[in-house]
Amino acid sequence: MTTKLLTVSPSPHVHGDFSTQRIMLDVAIALMPALLVSILYFGVGALKVVLVAVVACVLFEYLIQKFLLKVPVTITDGSALVSGLLLAFNVPSSIPTWMLILGALVTIGIAKMSFGGLGRNPFNPALVGRVFLLISFPVDMTNWPKPRLLDFSFVDAVSGATALGKLKEGVMMGETVDKLMMEIPSYIDLFVGNVNGSLGEMSAAALLIGAVYLLVRRVISIQIPMSFILSVVLLTGIFWLYDPSRYADPLFHILSGGLMLGAWFMATDMVTSPMSKIGMIIFGLGCGLLTVLIRLFGAYPEGVSFAILIMNAVVPLINRSCTPKRFGEVLK
Amino acid sequence: MSDLKTFPKGGVHPSDHKLSSQKKTLILPLPKVAKIPLSQHLGAPAVAVVKKGDQVKVGTLLAKSGGFISANIHSSVSGTVAMISEATDTSGYLKEMVVINVEGDEWEVNIDRSTDLKLEIVNTREEIIEIVKNAGIVGLGGATFPTHVKLMVPPGKKAQVLIINGVECEPYLTSDHRVMLERADEMLVGIKIIMKALNVEKAVIGIESNKPDAIEHLASKTKDYPGISVQPLKVMYPQGGEKQLIKAITGREVPNKGGLPIDVGVVVQNVGTALAVYEAVQKHKPLIERVITITGKSVKNPGNYLVRIGTPVIDLIEASGGLPEDSGKIISGGPMMGKALTSTEVPIVKGTSGILIMTDKEAKRIPQSNCIRCGKCVSVCPLGLEPYLLYQLSIKRKFDRLENEDVMNCCECGSCQFTCPASLPLLDYMRLGKLEVGKLIRSRKNN
Repeated sequence: MTTKLLTVSPSPHVHGDFSTQRIMLDVAIALMPALLVSILYFGVGALKVVLVAVVACVLFEYLIQKFLLKVPVTITDGSALVSGLLLAFNVPSSIPTWMLILGALVTIGIAKMSFGGLGRNPFNPALVGRVFLLISFPVDMTNWPKPRLLDFSFVDAVSGATALGKLKEGVMMGETVDKLMMEIPSYIDLFVGNVNGSLGEMSAAALLIGAVYLLVRRVISIQIPMSFILSVVLLTGIFWLYDPSRYADPLFHILSGGLMLGAWFMATDMVTSPMSKIGMIIFGLGCGLLTVLIRLFGAYPEGVSFAILIMNAVVPLINRSCTPKRFGEVLK
Repeated sequence: MSDLKTFPKGGVHPSDHKLSSQKKTLILPLPKVAKIPLSQHLGAPAVAVVKKGDQVKVGTLLAKSGGFISANIHSSVSGTVAMISEATDTSGYLKEMVVINVEGDEWEVNIDRSTDLKLEIVNTREEIIEIVKNAGIVGLGGATFPTHVKLMVPPGKKAQVLIINGVECEPYLTSDHRVMLERADEMLVGIKIIMKALNVEKAVIGIESNKPDAIEHLASKTKDYPGISVQPLKVMYPQGGEKQLIKAITGREVPNKGGLPIDVGVVVQNVGTALAVYEAVQKHKPLIERVITITGKSVKNPGNYLVRIGTPVIDLIEASGGLPEDSGKIISGGPMMGKALTSTEVPIVKGTSGILIMTDKEAKRIPQSNCIRCGKCVSVCPLGLEPYLLYQLSIKRKFDRLENEDVMNCCECGSCQFTCPASLPLLDYMRLGKLEVGKLIRSRKNN
C-alpha cells in the first residue's frame, strides 16, 4: 500500500468562480464599445493613444515592481491594463505621445505603486494621471480635435472646445444659453458621440452599453452611477428652472463632458469607492454635487474628475460611518 | 412554488453537486473494530462506564453524560471492549475512545428492531425528554448540540413553532434528503413527539427547492399529520444555519451576542434528529447509527449509507469503490463548513453528515492577491459583518477592536472567503480573531 499525503486545510474547501483578473477583463470588455466609437470618429490617432497609454501603464508597473520595489510582478491581474485604458479615455486624441507617457508614469508610479499597488491606492489612478496632465499642460489637454466620421487619415484634425467649454465661456461672456446651444452639438450628436471631447467621453450610448454589461456581470452595482447621475439631474434642473438663460438643462449636463464615463467607469472603481450600498449612494451624491458646483461655478468647464477625486478622499470616512446592520441587532 | 422564502441579507450560491441524491440508502457492513469517541457532541465529554474486557451489545451504555450540556454514548456494535484510549477524531485532535472488537451483532433486548410504524405517542412530556436524554441524541445537522437541552424550554420562555431543518444547503450532501424521502413517516412521528415535548401546535419543515421530490413527498404525507407543514425555500447558502432558517421561515431575528432561537419562540431540529427521536421514543433505540453521504467527483459510486457510529471512514470509502487515485483531500461534512480529515482511520461520529473526497486539483487553494476592496465579502455576509476589516484587524492583532466589530457573531459559514476575488483566507484569520477575542472575554470574566 502506498502512502499518499492528503491536504488538510480549514473550510471553506471550495471557491466561487470570481477573480480580480476576471473583473479587470470585464471592465476592459465594457470599455470596448466606447473605444470603437472613438476610433470611428477620431481615426487611427485614437487607437494610437490607447495603445501607448496601455503599454506605458503595464510597462511602468512591470519595471517598478521588478526593479524598484523588487516584489512579485502582478501585471497579469489586468489592473494596469484597465488604468491605461481609462487614462487614454480621459485625454484628447491629439495629445503628444511623450505627454501621455508622462501621464502613465504618474498614474502607475505615483497614484498606484507609491501607495502599495493594487487595492491600496486611495485615489483613482487614471484620474490622478488625467488631472496631473490637465493642470500641467492645460493647453494640450483642452485642445479637442473635431470628430470626423470614418476618416482614417493621420492628419491632425481641426480642433475646438468641448460643448461644456463653449457653454462656460459663452455664459461668462454674457451670452444666453439659448443662443449658445445653436453652436454646440445636438443631443443626438452628444448621445452617439459626434462631439469634441476626450477619447472615451464621446458617446453616452457606447458607454451605456458597456455599463449594462458591467451591471449584468455584477462587476458594478447601480448605486454609485444612479445617485451620481440623478443628483446631477436634480441640481442642474433646479438651476435651469431658476434661470434657463444662464444654466443649461439637465439632459445637456448628463450627455456632455465626462459624466457618463465618470459615473459608470471611474466612480465605480472598487478600490476607491465605498464598500456598503448606503456608502455608495452617499459617495455618488457627493460626486454629483461637486460636479455640478464645479461645472456651474468653478474655473473649469468640467468637474467630474475633481469631484470623484475629492470623494475618493472621503471614502474611508464613509466606510466607517456606514457599517452594515448586524444580524440580530434589532432586539437589543 | 411561487412563494419560495429565503433570508434577506447575504448568502452565496455554491454549485450543488448533489451526486447521490437519487441513491437509495444502503446498509454499510459492520466494522471489525469500532472506535467510539466519548466526545461526539457539543459540551462536556461523556464519562466511560465500561472497562477493558467488558462484553457489550448494540445499545449498551458505554459512557454517561458528563454535565448539563453533554450526552450519553452507547455501543453501536456487540463485542468486547479492547481498550479505552486516545485516537485521532474528525477534528484532527486526540480524543478518548472506547475501542470495541466486534463479535456478531447482538442487540440489547429492549430495542424494538421491527420496521412497523408506531404512530401512537404514549409518553408524557417529561418522559420524552428523559428518553431523548438517555438515548444520547444530539443535533445531527452537524452542530451536535444535545437535543434534550433544546427540548427543555427555560422558565419564562415559550416555544411557538418548531422548525425542522431539511435545508441541507451544503453542496454534495444528500443524507437529510434521503431521510425525508425514505423515512418520512417515522420522521413525521418524530416531529410529533418533539412538538409534544415542546408543547407547540405548529411545526414547519424547511426544504430548499432543489429537492422538489422531498417537498412533494412530505407535502402529501403531512396531510395526515395536522400541525406540520412544508415550507419550500429558495436555494441559498447558508440557509441551513439556524439563524438564517428562522429568519427565512418566520422573519424573526435571533438576537446576536448570545441570543438563542427560543428568545424568538422557535426551536430548530434537523430531520435526522427527528428520526432519531422517533426511534428512541417509539423503539427504545439509542443513537447508534445514522445516514451518511459518501461523495466526490472522482468517487466511483457516490451514495448514502446507514452507518454504525464508530465505523472507520475508510470502510465507507471502500464501500463506494475505494479511494480514488486523484484524491487530494477528505472532508467530514460539506465543502463549505466541513473539516479536512488527517487520516482515513478516524471513526464516523454522531455529527458526521457526509464524507466528501476532493480531487488533487480541487484540494488546492487559489493563490491570494491584494484585496481590491470590492465589498463582495460585506454583501454576502449573512450576519452583517465586514469580513475584509475583520481580516485586516486580525492580521494586525488588534483584538479589542475586533471584538467591537462583532467578530464573535461570525458563524464561520465561509461565504466571504468563497466569494473573494482575491482568494484571501478571510475565514482563517477571522477564526484566529474569534479564538483570541474568546480568550480576552474569558480572562475578563475571571477577573
